[in-house]
Amino acid sequence: MSSPAASLPASNSFLLGMRMFVPVAISIAAYGVVWGVLAGQAGVTALEVLLMSGLVFAGASQFVALESWVPGSLPIVGIVITTAIVNLRMLLMTATLRPLTRHLPAWKALLSVYLVADENWAMTMGEVSKGRGTVAFLVGSGVCSWISWTGSTLVGRLLGSVLDDPTNYGLDFAFTATFIALLLGMWKGKGDLVPWIVAALVAIAAAKLIHGNWYIIIGGLAGSLAGAVAETRKGAAHVA
Amino acid sequence: MSLEALITILGMAAVTFGIRAGGLLLADRLPRTGFVASWMKHLPAAVLASLVAPAVANGGIAEAVAALATLGIYVLSRNLFAAMVGGVLAVFLARMLLGG
Repeated sequence: MSSPAASLPASNSFLLGMRMFVPVAISIAAYGVVWGVLAGQAGVTALEVLLMSGLVFAGASQFVALESWVPGSLPIVGIVITTAIVNLRMLLMTATLRPLTRHLPAWKALLSVYLVADENWAMTMGEVSKGRGTVAFLVGSGVCSWISWTGSTLVGRLLGSVLDDPTNYGLDFAFTATFIALLLGMWKGKGDLVPWIVAALVAIAAAKLIHGNWYIIIGGLAGSLAGAVAETRKGAAHVA
Repeated sequence: MSLEALITILGMAAVTFGIRAGGLLLADRLPRTGFVASWMKHLPAAVLASLVAPAVANGGIAEAVAALATLGIYVLSRNLFAAMVGGVLAVFLARMLLGG
């Protein structure tokens, strides 16, 4: 098989990906534990945690899903739509990986993008820019990320079940605190000001006017569209 | 596990995998720059902002104080876990002091 830039055998590249990802995997595990505790508060069972983390494998959307998680009357359609909206950015991420997977059979290519998450995608693209990026590297770092996320969320879920009434310890605020921190972590510069403010104001209004959790989608769409309008108006729309 | 939870989780998994696979399949037709690309890039943060804003706006003074504490801790430490623990601690103390 001829793969253009790969000077390393695939197995070496896989192990290199795993090894380089370890420090990132540790920080993923930290918020994985947080998610697991919150999942327990929301009434997600340990088996459901395992299934969701393993199959969905997309942290931000899993945090958002917990917000609407009411066992016994789950808003299935709302949660699935919100998940799609939060994860839509992955369309652009896996698109940039197309050159790496072009020589693979379809099933291998699809299996490898299943492991694409923000962090290991960014690391793989970093390797690509140095001429060393390979699918094996992506999969190696992805496997490391998957183990870290799935394992830590389960640990968090099991730890969380030790607590009795979370409101007693102010733990009900953990959601808001986590979302604030996740949001701040996404700050890339002044261009984010318009979408964030528009999203916040529209969401506050929608939460007052419309029953249910639709304000999440409405605010998210309004804010992101406002951000896109502001960015393209400036005539400097560069996407990494 | 309840059936509704199973359906929800499988639904979430299906749309997420569909998006991951879609990017690969549509790679040559997706815009890298311009309005649509910019819109998709802004989506996750906008969704998070929509989650946070009503929670803070509809909370009491204790929640507002804790939100500020969370913000401060995150900006200083860049650590999600520290910010969460600090925020929870802040709301716990603020509720106790303010009698909320």
